[in-house]
Amino acid sequence: MSQQLIADLRAMRRIRMFEEKVTALIESGDIRGSVHLCSGQEAGPVGACDALTAGDALFATYRGHGWAIARGTPLRPMFAELLGRATGMNGGRGGSAYFSAPEYGFFGENSIVGGGAPHAVGAALAGRFDGTDRLAVTVFGDGAMNQGAVHEAMNFAAMACLPVLFLCENNRYSELTPIRDMVRNDRLTDRATALGIPSARIDGNDPAAVRETVGDLAEAAREGGGPAFVELMTQRLVGHYVGDAQQYRGPGELDEDRRNEPIARAVRELAAAGVPEADIAAAETAVRDEVEQAAAAALADPAANVDSVREHVYG
Amino acid sequence: MAEQTVTVNYGGAVNAALRRCLAEVPETLLYGEDVARPGGVHGVTRGLWKDFGDRVFDTPISESAILGSAVGAAMMGRRPIVEIMWADFFLVALDQMVNQAANVRYVSEGRLTAPIVVRTQQGNSPGACAQHSQNLEALFLHVPGLRVAMPSTPQDAYDVMVSAVYCDDPVVVIDNRTLYFGAKQEIVTGRPPAPVGGSHVRRTGPAATVVTWGAITQRVLDAARLLAERSVPVTVIETPWLNPFDTDAVVRSVAGTGGKLAVVHEANTTAGFGAEVVTRVAEAGVLRHRPVRVAVPDSRIPAAPDLAAALIPDSDRIGAALADLAAG
Repeated sequence: MSQQLIADLRAMRRIRMFEEKVTALIESGDIRGSVHLCSGQEAGPVGACDALTAGDALFATYRGHGWAIARGTPLRPMFAELLGRATGMNGGRGGSAYFSAPEYGFFGENSIVGGGAPHAVGAALAGRFDGTDRLAVTVFGDGAMNQGAVHEAMNFAAMACLPVLFLCENNRYSELTPIRDMVRNDRLTDRATALGIPSARIDGNDPAAVRETVGDLAEAAREGGGPAFVELMTQRLVGHYVGDAQQYRGPGELDEDRRNEPIARAVRELAAAGVPEADIAAAETAVRDEVEQAAAAALADPAANVDSVREHVYG
Repeated sequence: MAEQTVTVNYGGAVNAALRRCLAEVPETLLYGEDVARPGGVHGVTRGLWKDFGDRVFDTPISESAILGSAVGAAMMGRRPIVEIMWADFFLVALDQMVNQAANVRYVSEGRLTAPIVVRTQQGNSPGACAQHSQNLEALFLHVPGLRVAMPSTPQDAYDVMVSAVYCDDPVVVIDNRTLYFGAKQEIVTGRPPAPVGGSHVRRTGPAATVVTWGAITQRVLDAARLLAERSVPVTVIETPWLNPFDTDAVVRSVAGTGGKLAVVHEANTTAGFGAEVVTRVAEAGVLRHRPVRVAVPDSRIPAAPDLAAALIPDSDRIGAALADLAAG
């Protein structure tokens, strides 16, 4: 158990440190434009992606760095993408909020809330005809539950009995507004139930719980059970975007979030299980070096070629 | 596929093209509201479900899911052909065309593509209401990444659909439902798929060049025939493909018809694609006369047939505008 949790801690720290480095690169002016971080939500991607196979297709949102990393996307081309470098994952065309790495089963972030949910339905539909029976996963936040496209996608997947996992990261805020103020029934799983989709509301700060639930539902979906819905209860420790003043937070709220967030919690649990402090810290050092080296390499890469800017509009 | 001559109406030509593509391109899927068992609200997809099984299916009334799932399936290598029953219904799901389908290739630097075909139909027919009458091609022509076609003959309906399915970009094919049950004509099927684009010179004459597309082409040709009988022969270029648009053919023709240009469409005048055609010809430096746009005079479309007819250019109004242009 401790060994798995150490591996999870390392994977979660990799995401956290990537984003901390991104924040530093924004502050230094190297990364420009809007960036949305997932700090505090790392247990979701780390747990869920463990339950996926290489052939599965994952569709994320603009808060998708963690999901890309958990799918195995290397850090250097991710940094390069955010930095507008020629070596960027998409040559600087996607940026922080809309990059994709299909070779890693990461079929893209999306800057439109809920916009990727129907794509996952289509990816699963394709799997019915291309002999792969691929599982498709779409990740979105609580705010996306109020988007028509998500509702349409869920019903479509249910109607066609497609293997799609709808993962809702409930971090309590639909951008800057509490989700509880935007719904009458804040049990978002009830919406899936109403559509005939099995659902679970789980502790999204526990990578093992996420792994187990997603694994079970993925298996059922692969076996022809149709779509499933998981609400991951979690929190973001940062603003909606880098620079968000977060005036909507209540007093002491972030302190509590910092106690509950998955990395602090994993460290506590490992210590309680008697894992030596040095072993816990070691999980951090190696990751820090990897992140720093990837960022340095990306910073040294050439800028995206302006002459190519009109390429890839059409085939 | 062997070349063959068949006699079909417009709807039958679309059906034949879909049948060919479903048979010839195993990656194709065909779905939308009422397209499978009911055979389409206008009967265009009749019988395909029986022959192609679960590759042809009915969907919920969920345009975002229809278009978005097509994008996702296309990213995975399928070639979905989906139907938006009326162009007006596109408007509830434009995100999936404009933000999603049109962006897939560009933002992924070509690693992902979205070769979908969206079939729809538009325009006014007697008694159609304001939300079933609009001509919206200009919306899609403003969006780089999409291809757009608006055929008006059975042969073009067939050829455009085949080219669209073989095209690696998202293509919007816009029919006009008043064409579906038109006269049967001989068409040639089974020719190798042509690349998207191209135009047709439907008539030649030195008095002016008229550019048009879609169902109103027939009214333009009627007007041009009457003008020719009055010794005012004009050239009519029909452009079933609006993106890519055959600018060269239009510019060449205008240069050869005294620098006179008219554009006729059923869409509203302001920011209609006619404005773009005029601008391209002007930029090419071949205009020698004030250009003419014949279109709906920026209006909502009323339900009463007589009221709608007062807005949508008929062959008399088109003929009068062309006669003025030719005489000017």
